[in-house]
Amino acid sequence: MSDQWDEQAPTIRLREPDDLDVEATPQSTELVPVPQPEPEGDSALRRGDVDAWGRSERLREVARTVYDPMYSHWFRVEWEGLEHIPREGGALIVANHAAAIPSDAPVIMHGIEKELQRPVYGLAENLLRAIPMLGTLWSRFGGVPAHPDNAYRLLHDDKQLVLVFPEGTKGTGKLYRDRYKLNRFGRGGFVEIAMRAGVPVVPIAVVGAEESMPIVWKSPRLAKMLNVPYVPLTANMLLFGPAGLFVYLPAKFKLRVLPPVHFDVPPDQERYSRSRVMDEAEHIRERIQHALYDMLRARRSVWSG
Amino acid sequence: MRVLVTGLGTFWGSRLAQELEARPDVEVVVGVDTIEPMLPLERTEFVRTDSSHSILQRIVEATQVDTILHTHLAVDSTKLSGRAMHEINVIGTMNLLAAAGAADSPVRKIVVKSSTLVYGSNYQDPYFFREETARTRGPKTGIERTLLECESFVRDFAEDNPHVLVTVLRFSNVLGDHMATPFAHALRMPAAPELFGFDPRLQFTHEDDVVNALMYTTTHDVAGIYNVAGDGLVTWSEVCRILGRPRVPLPPVLAGLAVEPLRALRVLDLPPEMLALLRYGRGVDNSRFKRTGFRYKYTTAGAVDAFARSLRLERAIGSAEPGYRYERDVETFFRHSPAVVRERR
Repeated sequence: MSDQWDEQAPTIRLREPDDLDVEATPQSTELVPVPQPEPEGDSALRRGDVDAWGRSERLREVARTVYDPMYSHWFRVEWEGLEHIPREGGALIVANHAAAIPSDAPVIMHGIEKELQRPVYGLAENLLRAIPMLGTLWSRFGGVPAHPDNAYRLLHDDKQLVLVFPEGTKGTGKLYRDRYKLNRFGRGGFVEIAMRAGVPVVPIAVVGAEESMPIVWKSPRLAKMLNVPYVPLTANMLLFGPAGLFVYLPAKFKLRVLPPVHFDVPPDQERYSRSRVMDEAEHIRERIQHALYDMLRARRSVWSG
Repeated sequence: MRVLVTGLGTFWGSRLAQELEARPDVEVVVGVDTIEPMLPLERTEFVRTDSSHSILQRIVEATQVDTILHTHLAVDSTKLSGRAMHEINVIGTMNLLAAAGAADSPVRKIVVKSSTLVYGSNYQDPYFFREETARTRGPKTGIERTLLECESFVRDFAEDNPHVLVTVLRFSNVLGDHMATPFAHALRMPAAPELFGFDPRLQFTHEDDVVNALMYTTTHDVAGIYNVAGDGLVTWSEVCRILGRPRVPLPPVLAGLAVEPLRALRVLDLPPEMLALLRYGRGVDNSRFKRTGFRYKYTTAGAVDAFARSLRLERAIGSAEPGYRYERDVETFFRHSPAVVRERR
């Protein structure tokens, strides 16, 4: 029903219902909202520097300054294939996920912002939002709750880069002995979102995160009691005690951006073929897995790469 | 057009009646409520009913109205008991729809003023609710439950009566010169409350846009459910900064208990819906209503600015205009006495 209005010019009299047969008296113009120019730019929409997604460019700048030494000197991050990340338009970045407190998300977000000067919105577990301070900070730094609607709007309407880890907490919660073995890529929801939004998926293989905070043991029972995804005992805790919660091991980070995957389907469909979605998701998972094996074959040392 | 307005004793009801009176194509305006009209009206006929609109069927039949504006839905739980909310939102809507759906009922259009409260506010929520997005958690408070129930009646009615144009407008939190909402109340305090560690994204609608939106749906044929909220979102800390209010943090755990003494001392009543908003906020996608051709006068930030201006005026001159008092005999005289010359206006 809304389509019929879309094409009409925004004038007052055109939109009077036909059966009313109103004479346009001076009064009636006051009653119908007079079409006004759309408020232009951000100045009408916000007052501070926090955008509609809760991201603050000012705090992001602070985070970049504080985090950069970590990025450059602790993890000594190296990229290859950065040219595969689109310079404009939406794209869904998909990577393998690791470390008890994920170290890969900040590396990817910081790296892309530093190298390409493009903001990256990171989708993450909703539960973060419920934690005082941390939830707010996380959102100011560009974190967004992983809801399909959020991903779609960021990709399609706002044409942003969005980072997602389809393995979710299954990736970060895995034991050290399972390192670099990718879990199931969710239910392929990320493929469906990319199809719907009409954007490519850019896979990234990350080497190094697994060794930055490896889990040596975990307690499923405790996790169940606390209602959290996992309660880990990390190598960092064994080495540094409680401080191990905050200190990463200085593993060398290498990231390889794989060629983007374009889906040849019309956007904004109600549904996409389930089998096609699952196939594409599995295909992307395999490509990241192969890239990981390839990179691990070339790696001489965990610490120096 | 012959229009019936519910909630004439509320700001919305009487504001809309004023707008309708000014339209020459509106032949008759009938208003119902339990209390007298809040604003001066010229030709609106006021009928006092009970809050559950039980005699509405007779009024509809007698006045042959073709349009019903259902503005009388309670959305502020600080002013009403749970039972009164249920009477108004659930039973009132039920009776109203029964009257509108009676055999050979003349009603062809119903506009319902609902609220984005029906989406709730929870950490699993999307950042922008679309009209068809489901809540992520069941309703926890009476006000949300009754509004959801009311909307489900309206949906059923729309399905059963395809010849009636049914519009549901879901308004986000309203700010304006006249509205007494929990947010407006909190912002009138010398210091505004916040939940420690939370700075939610909020979306506001200016009261003029509310009136305009309701009038727009009355004069245009737009059936369906629409979110109505100003463009953009503003964080709570930003709202307080615009209004020049320092923030007082409340504990984020057991916040409901923490505000209980404030409520008991009548300092500030923060209902559970507002506490949830101060924690997670809420954003809605307002594009569907804009696609029908409606244009907002205010963005969210603009509504907050306007509210700040009206508070400054209030500080300078005290609580603004003197209230209007409805006097039945005088009103009846002016409207019906043969002695009054009506043609001259």
